[in-house]
Amino acid sequence: MALDEKAIQERVSAFLAEHDPTGDRLEFLRARFDAGLAWVHFPEGLGGLGAPRELQNVVERELADTPQITPGVQTIGLGMAAPTILTFGTDEQRKRFLRPLWTGEEIWCQLFSEPGAGSDLATLGTRAVRDGDEWVVDGQKVWTSGAHHSRWAILVARTDVDVPKHRGLTYFVCDMHAPGVEVRPLRQITGEAEFNEVFLTGVRLDDSLRLGEVGDGWRVAQTTLMNERVAIGGAPVRRGGGMVGLVAETWRARPELRTHDLHQRLLRLWVEAEVTRLAGTRLREQLSAGQPGPEGSGMKLSFATLNQALSGLDLEMRGEEGLTYDDWSFRRSDSVDFFGRGPGYRYLRAKGNSIEGGTSEILRNIVAERVLGLPSEPRVDKDVPWKDLPR
Amino acid sequence: MTLLYTEVEEELRASVRDLLADRCGPDAVLKRVESATPYDMDLWKTLSREIGVAGLLVPEEYGGAGASAREVAVVLEELGRSVAPVPFLTSAVLATKALLQAGEKNLIQELASGETTAALAVSMVASPYRPLPETVTVTDGRLLNGEVRAVAGADVADVLLVPVGTALYAVRAENVRVDVVPSLDLTRPIATVTFSDTPGEAIGAFDARRVLSFGAGLLASEQLGVAEWCLSTTLSYIKERHQFARPVGSFQAIKHRMADLWLDVVRARAAARNAADLLAADSGPDASHDAEAVQGRELAAAVATSWCSEVAVHVAEESVQLHGGIGMTWEHPLHLYLKRAKSTEIALGSPGAHRDALAALADLPGPA
Ligand SMILES: Cc1cc2nc3c(=O)[nH]c(=O)nc-3n(C[C@H](O)[C@H](O)[C@H](O)COP(=O)(O)OP(=O)(O)OC[C@H]3O[C@@H](n4cnc5c(N)ncnc54)[C@H](O)[C@@H]3O)c2cc1C
Repeated sequence: MALDEKAIQERVSAFLAEHDPTGDRLEFLRARFDAGLAWVHFPEGLGGLGAPRELQNVVERELADTPQITPGVQTIGLGMAAPTILTFGTDEQRKRFLRPLWTGEEIWCQLFSEPGAGSDLATLGTRAVRDGDEWVVDGQKVWTSGAHHSRWAILVARTDVDVPKHRGLTYFVCDMHAPGVEVRPLRQITGEAEFNEVFLTGVRLDDSLRLGEVGDGWRVAQTTLMNERVAIGGAPVRRGGGMVGLVAETWRARPELRTHDLHQRLLRLWVEAEVTRLAGTRLREQLSAGQPGPEGSGMKLSFATLNQALSGLDLEMRGEEGLTYDDWSFRRSDSVDFFGRGPGYRYLRAKGNSIEGGTSEILRNIVAERVLGLPSEPRVDKDVPWKDLPR
Repeated sequence: MTLLYTEVEEELRASVRDLLADRCGPDAVLKRVESATPYDMDLWKTLSREIGVAGLLVPEEYGGAGASAREVAVVLEELGRSVAPVPFLTSAVLATKALLQAGEKNLIQELASGETTAALAVSMVASPYRPLPETVTVTDGRLLNGEVRAVAGADVADVLLVPVGTALYAVRAENVRVDVVPSLDLTRPIATVTFSDTPGEAIGAFDARRVLSFGAGLLASEQLGVAEWCLSTTLSYIKERHQFARPVGSFQAIKHRMADLWLDVVRARAAARNAADLLAADSGPDASHDAEAVQGRELAAAVATSWCSEVAVHVAEESVQLHGGIGMTWEHPLHLYLKRAKSTEIALGSPGAHRDALAALADLPGPA
């Protein structure tokens, strides 16, 4: 029988009857996973019930006052690693990784970008060489968010240099505690270090940590990237919530800051935030069955533009206070704290929204080519073996 | 509630689209608007007879389809997509809404069949957020005098519905002077309507804000249709058109603009659907007048209208540009869309007027 809203509500009630939300937090979260109430659209036994994705909202509503996961630190695990493991992982991999990923016992990071391979990710040069049942990995990754507190990473490495770049890649789960993994903080525009350089030197990974076929890493990475774009741009917000809500709150509380020009701009951005929110809702309705497609890129693109415009307006609106900054001290942060920090931080951190997870330029290319079917630019690198590419 | 289209709505769309493809291609529209009778009343009768579009909003007990704003919005999308010169917006949406709201029961049955056509005698630029200008007066409770300018659909209306203060009067068209003026929008021309001791019948109360906000919220769907046609037509063109030995659509400067337009249209669709969905709750006889519900509808309408109108104009303008010289010619139908989009932008409240209204609706007060 297909699960509906009522059936889900009943399951939640039954679950709450057996598990005390005021008890041990971790135990509660584990039990919630085992009851299939972590992400209801995942299969049974893997934290889900094989239910339609939108029913997750019902679960969230019913369990709103119980111990919660901490999505900030877990963004990469929840938004990118999990759907990729679900799609490409073996049964053992799914069983091993998904539960501690969801409960937050194990944090994940993403070892994709390299100093020489950002937008052109498929150019990456980190090598993985087979040695019996193991792979030996050497290379350097960069801008790796949260590597300093991660237990695992999703990693793309080159396993064949003699074929064109997209074909010689393989996807792994990287053990961040393995010998040879070195994480160095990279201070960023906001003053803190949210991301890192990661040096991989002779890191040995068992073949059971490979995700998907050897040489099929690009296809696996596509799944990660499409989910990433939805994870970044597609989070549900309530009307007038999120960044626009924050700006509106200040606006309401401090009439002395208001000018006609700011008012016009605020109203425009409020409309843009609302139509963007509605488009996200519509996209999620469309998606409630399948995997995200290239349309998700559009959501990430509009989210970035909007967040930047709003955080800029916020700073301007505050006058003198806009000239101050809350805290320049160099520290390693756990997650992005848009709402806990000051307007200066928000303004600076929002600049990353059009770079991280694919730049807005790359996302426009994706929309133009994969959604609108426009021809790609002439490519000089498509059929050239990776080792012969100019670098 | 859903922001997607239901199966029934998709079926309705398909039948309207088929008929329009047959009868209302770009060449036919161009020829039509150059003739002495720019409105295509044969097409209108067929749409009404075969698909029942005229009576969509009319309850079944009065011979209509008892449908809601959601279905009306789908028809408007299709009519926008072909800039169809038919009085759907003016008769089946604005005039019908005014009659429903006034509690009128006879005329509405005639309108439902499409055999009689009505127009609401207000200027197309009337705003939901301002009192209507008082240009018509009533003496003896039945004789109307005065004029209303920029009325759309008046030249093909059998009946004019004239708001005077808070009352709505019905006037037979043969007793009224209708002067068509040259209009920017060739596919929805406007006229000046003059009453001189014209006999009218008071048929009920008129709430301008409610009727015009409803109309504006649905106009967003027509603008969506206009924008969609422009986007897809331009897309096909730039895939075909070669310069510098490449399709012009392969240049990144163009691709990025197209991606941005697409994103604007995606958001327009979500906004228009949301407005239609909330306005649907104001379509039936049991519509809620609860303050919160009314505010929610007005807000959705204001958001959709302001966004979709600006998007339609922007997409149409970009389309002209991306067509190059052909985009400036009379033969290419693009100009009809630009003219429709731009005229409609200022109809029933400009985008700025709708955003201003949000200051109160969304609690974002302006400076003192
Ligand atoms: C805050 C933050 C967190 C990050 N976290 C992670 C992480 O956890 N893991 C990870 O792997 N990576 C991470 N990244 C890296 C991110 O994915 C890359 O920075 C991004 O993909 C862009 O690559 P790049 O920095 O090398 O820029 P480049 O690719 O060198 O681009 C430079 C400029 O050229 C433009 N450009 C490049 N190619 C084209 C083209 N074909 N057409 C038009 N314009 C083009 C770009 O848009 C950009 O404006 C993070 C980045 C930031 C800012």
